[in-house]
Amino acid sequence: MSEVTEVTDSDFVDRVVMNPKPTLVDYWADWCAPCKQISPIIDELAREHGDKMDFVKLDTNTNPRTPTEQGILALPTLQVFVGGRVVKSIQGARSKGALLKVLTEFF
Amino acid sequence: MSDLNLTRTLGAVNLNNLPADPPARGTAESWAGFLADEQIRDVIVVGSGPAGYTAAIYAARAGLKPLVLEGAVTAGGALMNTTEVENYPGFPEGVMGPDLMGHMRTQAERFGAEMITDDAVEVDLTGDVKTVTDTEGNTYRAHAVILATGSGYRRLGIPEEDTYSGRGVSWCATCDGFFFRDKDIAVVGGGDSAAEEATFLTRFAKSVTLVHRRDTLRASKIMAARVERDPKITPAWNSEIVGMGGAKTLESLTLRDARTGETRELAVQGLFEAIGHIPRSELLVGQVHLDESGYVIVDGDSTRTNLRGVFACGDLVDHTYRQAITAAGSGCRAALDAERFLAELHDEAQPPIR
Repeated sequence: MSEVTEVTDSDFVDRVVMNPKPTLVDYWADWCAPCKQISPIIDELAREHGDKMDFVKLDTNTNPRTPTEQGILALPTLQVFVGGRVVKSIQGARSKGALLKVLTEFF
Repeated sequence: MSDLNLTRTLGAVNLNNLPADPPARGTAESWAGFLADEQIRDVIVVGSGPAGYTAAIYAARAGLKPLVLEGAVTAGGALMNTTEVENYPGFPEGVMGPDLMGHMRTQAERFGAEMITDDAVEVDLTGDVKTVTDTEGNTYRAHAVILATGSGYRRLGIPEEDTYSGRGVSWCATCDGFFFRDKDIAVVGGGDSAAEEATFLTRFAKSVTLVHRRDTLRASKIMAARVERDPKITPAWNSEIVGMGGAKTLESLTLRDARTGETRELAVQGLFEAIGHIPRSELLVGQVHLDESGYVIVDGDSTRTNLRGVFACGDLVDHTYRQAITAAGSGCRAALDAERFLAELHDEAQPPIR
């Protein structure tokens, strides 16, 4: 239904923090193998549940400010923002089934 | 395309629609029909990494059309989280772990291996037809199964570890090292992985303390020498981590001297654990014989388990060597053992000579 889009340090507040819709942020980097493993899973979730939740990804290599402000110390990390607050934070790669279980309350 | 072909292409069947149980042994004709059943594959490889992919290459080249459940997020195995692999033969300049795994995967696919990027969540390996079920509920059936689920990270097992996991405690230097630029960090462990991670992390960190419970490294000489030469790395010998502290993220470790029992605090913002691996054999409990550490027990120097038609290879069986090349070698042996087993099955299916 919808695609995962890139957010950056400059539009993170507008597109994630101020977003009226629940938003999942996928923090990734090109050197992180597990990030590459979950990326297609996030794409699938966006296609299947993009009407309920926005899915965005942030390249931590080119956008260092947001990960520092959010206290990100491990990749991959997924955060769910609702009303400007982090309501879920998931560290480490998970299977689609495991992610669905954690995210089902938003769908 | 006939229904049978469709089923074969999709590779999965609904358990509710399965035909009757396999015939009893000894009835050669029905047994032959059972072997020709298009819904039952020759061989399924569970797991990937050098063992699983090599088994798939050999099985595919033997015309067995292996199905590989390579794992949802663990596909490629432990080498996906490494950087340069310098000791895999054939790569004089070294090769990146993920690249090596990508090459093996492509090579297996080239000869007809079919990849499913999902985890096995249930197996029944005890009967003549083995079943393997993935997280989406697809059940695959085969005459032979090669187990190559490898190993997972060993954890220190102290209570604070969960609190600081992802908040300073990490098992993946290549993933998370970047966040520790100009920080003081520690690596725990004494083997090649610990030495490699400590050396790698000096690219980012201000200082790296290498915490080891003995007074020398178990790592290979070349890796140990690299650690000794590195001005950013300080060893903490005879030391065990017994506690962690910090307000929101990790700020300190409590180290205990293994000889005197004295404790001291070490101020670090990051801890990378490289204390070895434990076999990923939970799925097999109660079916495949495991030793007291959870490794699959195989028959002599073969890859045969206690169950007929079930073979095991790689880190899942290997207490001792646990190298990419030894895993690849045992994956090859598993495929050859499986091929031989399948040939015997077909021989049993021949009508008796009168």
